[in-house]
Amino acid sequence: MMQDITTTRPDVIHEVRVFEGAGAVERPIPAWEMLWNRGWLRKLVIIAALAGIWQAYGVISDNSLLFPSFSDTLQAFIENVMNGKLPARAWASLEVLLIGYFSGIVLATLLSVLAITTRIGNDFLETLTSMFNPLPAIALLPLALLWFGLGMGSLVFVLIHSVLWVVALNMHAGFMGVSPTLRMVGRNYGLGGVSYVVRILVPAAFPSILTGLKVGWAFAWRTLIAAELVFGVSSGKGGLGWFIFENKNQLEIPAVFAGLLCVILIGLAMENVVFRWIERKTVRRWGMQN
Amino acid sequence: MTEPLLDVREVTLQYRTSEHVVTATHRVSFSVLKSDRFVLLGPSGCGKSSLLKAVGGYLAPTEGEITLGGRKVRGPGPDRMMVFQEFDQLLPWKTVLGNVVFALNASGRLKGRQAEERARYYIDKVGLNRAINAYPHTLSGGMKQRVAIARGMAMEPEILLMDEPFAALDALTRRTMQDELLRLWDDTKFTVLFVTHSINEAIRIGTRILLLSPHPGQVRAEMNSTLEPVAQTALESQIHDLLFA
Repeated sequence: MMQDITTTRPDVIHEVRVFEGAGAVERPIPAWEMLWNRGWLRKLVIIAALAGIWQAYGVISDNSLLFPSFSDTLQAFIENVMNGKLPARAWASLEVLLIGYFSGIVLATLLSVLAITTRIGNDFLETLTSMFNPLPAIALLPLALLWFGLGMGSLVFVLIHSVLWVVALNMHAGFMGVSPTLRMVGRNYGLGGVSYVVRILVPAAFPSILTGLKVGWAFAWRTLIAAELVFGVSSGKGGLGWFIFENKNQLEIPAVFAGLLCVILIGLAMENVVFRWIERKTVRRWGMQN
Repeated sequence: MTEPLLDVREVTLQYRTSEHVVTATHRVSFSVLKSDRFVLLGPSGCGKSSLLKAVGGYLAPTEGEITLGGRKVRGPGPDRMMVFQEFDQLLPWKTVLGNVVFALNASGRLKGRQAEERARYYIDKVGLNRAINAYPHTLSGGMKQRVAIARGMAMEPEILLMDEPFAALDALTRRTMQDELLRLWDDTKFTVLFVTHSINEAIRIGTRILLLSPHPGQVRAEMNSTLEPVAQTALESQIHDLLFA
């Protein structure tokens, strides 16, 4: 029986033929498919659809006091941008936000570096984050007002609180996740102390750090708007939260929506322009994230 | 006899876990001469990697002493460059060139133009000119190991420490890399301490082989390697008998 299997089938060797199948080996993708592959376009379609639904509901309900339509909101938005109110308010908010955000990041860096270099620092960070991370920043606002008065000090204080713990937590997790091999490579070069942290640990932990920065930014933004709504104007110039509050009191509801729209737009820009750009220049280029 | 470059004297290495103290090696001694291709060979658990880490300065001996060129080894340093088995030993945020240049800069060996020139020279030596501006994640395993070797050699250390650098490669690439390493050695005659668990690789790579027995690691034999194919086969079966008899 074995013999049949080997004798009945001869060896076959094919010549390599020129490929003349249906169509070319490589063909371009249709234009609409190429467009649809762009993330920003798909997101734009989603936003446009949401705006359409909003407009439809606004027109049907026909109650601009409770729910102004998209076009009303857009009109109020443009009006307030043109008369310079909204940009001034947005800038006032951003200014405080940036101060609080970056102070929080600096403190978080100090804490997490301390935490990876010493055991007691590690215990310190773990205890503090488990105590303060669940504590909403707004809950500290009354105390902050008592300590720092009505003004920038209080806002910066709650902002730091909202940024510090989440950034420190992510940074520390990132540092802990750096592979032992990379650590050994760094020490092999004779790096130690600050230069070891800056030149090896920070870039190696960058995906986690970036996540921390993103979440921290969102937390800070929310906290700031909420805090401004609570105590409004600070040192003569209010921010976006105050703009919303003010217009609600004057029953300028389209302007309230315009303020909210501005908050959303800044958030979108930060996420889709700034952080996206950082990602492309770093973790994506390095192959640490796809 | 010439002075040994690296001298390992009666070294006992122990790991401390939360419950046990594990002895990795017990009173191991050997010395490596300049331009040696010295191989530490043994089955897993014989402490060969621990020995290499101790020479690298990552692990302090509980007993005995390690000296390099007469100076006691106290911590990691660029005079003993490590090449690891893991592919993630390259910094992912640096290109091939950047990885080698960074090593030279960070260790203070060379700066600026000189660093770049030397980096290019060694990258060319391992045949990676085409990939010089590529990021590590775009390279194959063999290419990554070549970069690590170029990086180690560019530092021109007193001794190159290689911890099973080809173990994670496929058989074909592994063979090529062994030949390449020997060719590189023919050029510059660098000193290398090489850890492997493959008898075949030890004989191909090494000029001298230290055979370690496991649990805890102790010296079983120290022998010269050979280039003669017939003698190689004999040596292979001799080592096999020493390890498994």
